[in-house]
Amino acid sequence: MLSLVTFLPLLGALAIAIGVRNNAHKANMARYGALIVSLATFFLSLVLLHRFDVASSAFQFLEEVPWLPAFGIHYRMGVDGISLPFVLLTTLLTPICILASWESIQKRVKEYMIAFLALEAFVVGVFCALDFILFYILWEAMLIPMFLIIGVWGGPNRIYAAMKFFLYTLAGSVLMLLAVLAMGIKGGTFSIPELMDLPLSFQFQVWVFLGFFVSFSVKVPMWPVHTWLPDAHVEAPTAGSVILAGILLKMGAYGFLRFSIPMLPDAARFFTPLIFALSLVAVIYTALVALMQRDLKKLIAYSSVSHMGFVTIGLFTFNQQGVEGGILQMINHGIVAGALFLLVGVIYDRLHTREIIRFGGLAQRMPIYAVIFMLFSMASVGLPGTNGFVGEFLILLGAFLASKAVAFLAATGVVLGAAYMLWMYKRVVFGEIRNPEVSALKDVGMRELATFIPLIVLVFWIGFYPKPFLDVFHVSVQHLLEQASVIKTGAVVMGMK
Amino acid sequence: MAEELLDIHLTLMMPEILVAVMAMVLLLLSAWTHRGGTGVVHWLTILTIGAVILVLQAGEGAAATFAGQFVIDDFARYMKILMCLGMIFPIIMSLDYFRGHAMDGGEYHVVALFALLGGMIMVSSGGFLILYLGVELMSLSFYVLAAWRRDDVQSGEAGLKYFILGSVASGLLLYGISMIYGVTGAVSFREVAAFMGSPAGHANQLLSLGVVMILAGMGFKVAAVPFHMWAPDVYQGAPTPVTVFMSVMPKVASIAVLLRILMEVFVVQHAQWVPIVQLFAVLSMGVGAFAGLVQTNIKRLLAYSSISHVGYMFIGLVTNTQAGVQGVLVYLTIYLVMTMGAFGIILSFDRQGLGEKISDYQGLAHKQPLMAFVMAMFMFSMAGIPPLAGFIGKLNIFMAAVKADMVPLAVAGVLFSAIGAYYYLRVVKVMYFDLPEGSFKVSVSGGGFLIVTLSLFLTFLWGILPGDLLAWTGAGVMVFHH
Repeated sequence: MLSLVTFLPLLGALAIAIGVRNNAHKANMARYGALIVSLATFFLSLVLLHRFDVASSAFQFLEEVPWLPAFGIHYRMGVDGISLPFVLLTTLLTPICILASWESIQKRVKEYMIAFLALEAFVVGVFCALDFILFYILWEAMLIPMFLIIGVWGGPNRIYAAMKFFLYTLAGSVLMLLAVLAMGIKGGTFSIPELMDLPLSFQFQVWVFLGFFVSFSVKVPMWPVHTWLPDAHVEAPTAGSVILAGILLKMGAYGFLRFSIPMLPDAARFFTPLIFALSLVAVIYTALVALMQRDLKKLIAYSSVSHMGFVTIGLFTFNQQGVEGGILQMINHGIVAGALFLLVGVIYDRLHTREIIRFGGLAQRMPIYAVIFMLFSMASVGLPGTNGFVGEFLILLGAFLASKAVAFLAATGVVLGAAYMLWMYKRVVFGEIRNPEVSALKDVGMRELATFIPLIVLVFWIGFYPKPFLDVFHVSVQHLLEQASVIKTGAVVMGMK
Repeated sequence: MAEELLDIHLTLMMPEILVAVMAMVLLLLSAWTHRGGTGVVHWLTILTIGAVILVLQAGEGAAATFAGQFVIDDFARYMKILMCLGMIFPIIMSLDYFRGHAMDGGEYHVVALFALLGGMIMVSSGGFLILYLGVELMSLSFYVLAAWRRDDVQSGEAGLKYFILGSVASGLLLYGISMIYGVTGAVSFREVAAFMGSPAGHANQLLSLGVVMILAGMGFKVAAVPFHMWAPDVYQGAPTPVTVFMSVMPKVASIAVLLRILMEVFVVQHAQWVPIVQLFAVLSMGVGAFAGLVQTNIKRLLAYSSISHVGYMFIGLVTNTQAGVQGVLVYLTIYLVMTMGAFGIILSFDRQGLGEKISDYQGLAHKQPLMAFVMAMFMFSMAGIPPLAGFIGKLNIFMAAVKADMVPLAVAGVLFSAIGAYYYLRVVKVMYFDLPEGSFKVSVSGGGFLIVTLSLFLTFLWGILPGDLLAWTGAGVMVFHH
């Protein structure tokens, strides 16, 4: 079942690669093919959700096939309450992305769709993998399609951005490989559930934690290794930005949740002050940077860094509210930042500029667009009634329990977030029409509307009634916190004290 | 003594005898037929190597002959098969090349067979003298091959450079051997190893110096930094099929020899050679990664790439464990496949008189998406990106290093691999992101198509299901037990 969800997109990509001829007339075939495959994957993942037992913290839908048994490497798949939401987020955003690329991608449509479906398969695989080597392979493999998506279909400076994206993430990942190997060799297996119970000395935990930390912090991205993100976002095509903000950034935070905290709890607690400090810098500093941006996409990119700072604070509070808030906020950010990039894409398709100064007065010509844009801006700011509020509130609550100072500083980030979003919204949507091209604009069409509707529904659903969402990972988070509260070093710590 | 000399089992040397006899037959054949009989000799060479591979594959067990001077075991057989593949693939790919460059002449194949013979003798050597004979036979053949395009200045320069520097390296090797002989009074590996294990062998300065000299000589043959200076020039100048030979066969032979003498003969001295090989490894990975960044010629780029690949294999060597040896064997095999594939594409460009400059590949993805995709996969694989075979090679090496508690070396390895990834990416960038200049189309020859397809298949297969490869190399590794 899980393997089907993971590899269906890859099979679809293969079918398109073989079945669709490489010419412009057949582009629609590639588009419909990709849309059908990604929708089928989404429905399959809904079946997964339906069959998922939320009362259990165990990994479900387990699959295990020996792969390289001599090294203790198996093909192991499974999801728990923490990974399932990300699988769903991925399968939801992919069809939306394909729909959003319907007209904006005109050259080499077939290859684009193949790259996108391959990307979806690898990312879903990352969230389902229960074997460290499998996880690492999928984690790295994902770089290839994303590199091509930015580099082939991106903006004017795409080559620089694609290279930077690839090398930054690769440099981070290779150190993770060593951490993975160290863990696997220590434990004699690469099975993730088994390694969670492995007792480890404090020193060993610290080194392995650092190996993971380099990789995950680049991916999240945390300050000061976030600089690849604005470049990648600005140059990537709209759908590339959506998937980057919506899902790829979550992989880093997911890594913290899945590995760093349960496997290396002592080191995780030891490094918590560092993570809080870096996250707070991200929350406040990048919010200030976002205020200064002239490029709409850059602004949202920096706001992503800022929001992900919130997420990492939540995850490292080590309490139920904070961690659940962190996970929820990741989903929220996936929805809201994804939608904001789609919104930018809508006007970019029409005006071919992202300079904030070139807009203004959009409300007069595109009322529906203005409403949708407002909705997601509010969700990004965290207005009560939207999903952003629930997530931020839980995180701040958790942070308050962990450290009042952190909670206070993080709260200033919320204020700054409101400042840059509202100011941006005012400059783009309200005011006089300065750019003559704006006066000829058409409002959003049916296809574009279709990409926003599921996201709008989610914004309000989570905003007003988040319980079903929280329920999915509630038990798993409880289990995670139990794992994190165990002092794994045992005798070593006692000896030191 | 007399009894020992009588202990001769020629059947153990079947593959070598086959190669030697066929080389001589083909030499006569090419002398007597019109225009050197390129076609006939070409196919007969392929048949010969194919037969040798079959003979090697059928062999089993370990044995020695010529008073232990000639050894054959699973390890030697595995390495010989690799060398045969490293020889047969480029020959299959390059029939066109000879015709296109007016290099008709069966002698080319004859010299190639002699090089192969030299390599096979190296791998099977059980003593320093026979080792030296093998090294010289292989090296001399390669000097000639590198200079094969007589009318081409670069080819001549490559041959001369390779010859002069190679002779120095051979000299160093011989000097080291003579020192070891001076101390131990023996040339066979078994006797030298016995002496090294005895109290007299411990901490003997002259012995250590001998080990260093031998390391330097072999280091030159595999182009490990700091003995790599010749590689980029020779790779660039030599005819492309010869570059393919050179990037695989001598490395397989020399690494096999290094594994054998370092892990079987200089066991006691390992405290002395480990730091040296470690230094070679780090320098090779580093120079390979950094110097590759600025290359504009793809053959030079692959020269630096091969230097860094040797660095990774040396990590496996340094670990001094079975896991490390297996890592080396897996890496070598995968390296062979990736190199063949990439050169297959380069050779098909050569049919248009192009392919040397990286800029020749500009916009290939726009013109010939399939070919660009294949080349991109080889580049990603060389960079060590999963799920391609190159990753499995690196994984094995790093796993062995972490297991042997050599984490700093592994850290250096992964960091250099991230830096080196840039230049492989640059080739992908040129193919995919840049717009094409000129509207030429490149077609692959039948042989080229075969080898590239096979290499691509193996690059994917071993990236996803490396089980078979691990099983095959596992047998070769069992030879090393201590």
